[in-house]
Amino acid sequence: MANVDRATNLPMETESTLRFPTYQVTGLAGTSFKPEHLAAIAAVSGPQGFFEVHAENYMGAGGPPHRALERVRRDHPISLHGVCMSLGGPQPLDREHLQRFKNLVDRYEPALVSEHLAWSTHVDTYLNDLLPLPYTGATLTHVCDHIDQMQNAIGRPILLENPSTYVLFSESSMSETDFIREISKRTGCGLLLDINNVFVSATNHGFSALEYLRDFPLAKVGEIHLAGHAEQEDDEGELLLIDSHDGPVADAVWQLYETVVARCGPIPTLIEWDSKIPDWPVLRAEALAAQAILDRHAREASHALG
Amino acid sequence: MRSADILPMRRAAPDFAGQFSAALLSPDAPAPDLVTSPRGKRAEKRYNVYRNNVTVSLIAALASIFPAVERITGPDFFRAMARFHVRETPPASPLLFEYGRDFADFIDRYEYAQDMPWLSDVARIERAWLDAYHAADAPALRTEALAAIPPEKLDGVTFQPHPATRVISSAHPAVTIFAMNRSTGPVGRVDDHPEDGLITRIDDEVTVRLLPSGGAAFFNALLSGECLAAAVTAGLDAHPAFDLSAAIGEMIASGAFSAIELEISNV
Repeated sequence: MANVDRATNLPMETESTLRFPTYQVTGLAGTSFKPEHLAAIAAVSGPQGFFEVHAENYMGAGGPPHRALERVRRDHPISLHGVCMSLGGPQPLDREHLQRFKNLVDRYEPALVSEHLAWSTHVDTYLNDLLPLPYTGATLTHVCDHIDQMQNAIGRPILLENPSTYVLFSESSMSETDFIREISKRTGCGLLLDINNVFVSATNHGFSALEYLRDFPLAKVGEIHLAGHAEQEDDEGELLLIDSHDGPVADAVWQLYETVVARCGPIPTLIEWDSKIPDWPVLRAEALAAQAILDRHAREASHALG
Repeated sequence: MRSADILPMRRAAPDFAGQFSAALLSPDAPAPDLVTSPRGKRAEKRYNVYRNNVTVSLIAALASIFPAVERITGPDFFRAMARFHVRETPPASPLLFEYGRDFADFIDRYEYAQDMPWLSDVARIERAWLDAYHAADAPALRTEALAAIPPEKLDGVTFQPHPATRVISSAHPAVTIFAMNRSTGPVGRVDDHPEDGLITRIDDEVTVRLLPSGGAAFFNALLSGECLAAAVTAGLDAHPAFDLSAAIGEMIASGAFSAIELEISNV
């Protein structure tokens, strides 16, 4: 026996011995999980919606991040949100990163798994931003190959998030909604509709957010993101919105959200807040505002059925 | 593997990423020709949003890994220093907690940091702190496990390091300076002298301890797999005042090791 002369041979609680309950995420509003909120979350009895984590923050081998995520996952469904798979880039996916992602899916059994229509690595440099891509037949093929590869690696479909963008590409030959619809059709992936991203891009590029939503394949949406944005100016002094995730959701975004929920029903909805992070009650209140809208439409839907 | 090795075998790769990324870390380069704005006009400010996101977020990543260095230098000095480093050595991994491994060596070369010769060692301790934080989980060696070894076999035992354990040796009082600047308390003057730090994680808490004389040689010997007797010799060679019982107390209290292994055992 290999370990019998080891002085410490207490069994460790490991990935293989740890199992989490299955929780439903349908109809729930959730929040980004920030470790600084853990004590406040644990102090409240009862579940607090669902929590979304950036997958990369939990790709270390061990230590406090995993203790925190285990604690949260014990009582809540979680959403595993990848930020840097670089699905939208032309180069092959990072196989080590895929393996790490799969390990997290296996370990934490998330209710939702998502990634971005964007890229962040070029050759061997990680640029730490969600960078835009042109929408062409060639990029469509690459993105679909990458999504196939990711879905095969983790053994389940992902939700792909629509981007917020600040520039356009003159070579683009498809609209963003056509591009996304075609991806979903070819790969079977679901969609994560970020309504703040729609509003930011619509403002920045001068199109109608409502028309975008009309064109968007809403039937494929498995999660909604809501977040705050900031204001700047573009080269002509026109308003340029920045997807900053550093404040409350804008009124215009709440209105778009109402129209989407009215059409699609109670889709799990996340409040994203990643910088200038407020105290837990402030963030939770924002999620409860979304929950109220979800609940109201769920009631109306059941009345209509009854 | 670099992408160029593999792409020719696949479909022809779109080249937008190369053009788009080329100017991201070059502040003076114009926006790439392939980007535009809705009215087909210049998109310099629009492209700069990305350039700004990349640089600012990577500087922020370094600041979060090296908070004591930032407190010592002040935020403006730190930002300028970090900006040079980000442009010279952007991250290679999407895991930002792996970033900054070359930052201490960069500080050693950084012209404006030459009057703070201990600054790079403070950075080395902070980098080791984050490695300890994310290291694999393992138990800490208990006193009883050590006490259970028959005295005649003690010389030959080796210790399995906890994955979090690191030793950082400095020609300057880097451990004291690190500790002062990681807390919010006032920072006092420190006389220049060499210090060695032991970085460990016990009960999910990363700790940085000041090692006594000879302690670094002792721990380094054990961490490299040498037996206890050899480690004691290394400690005494490094400093005649090396205190074995204090060092063993430190071994247990710090959680630097996970297990004891007897050299030959047929149990």
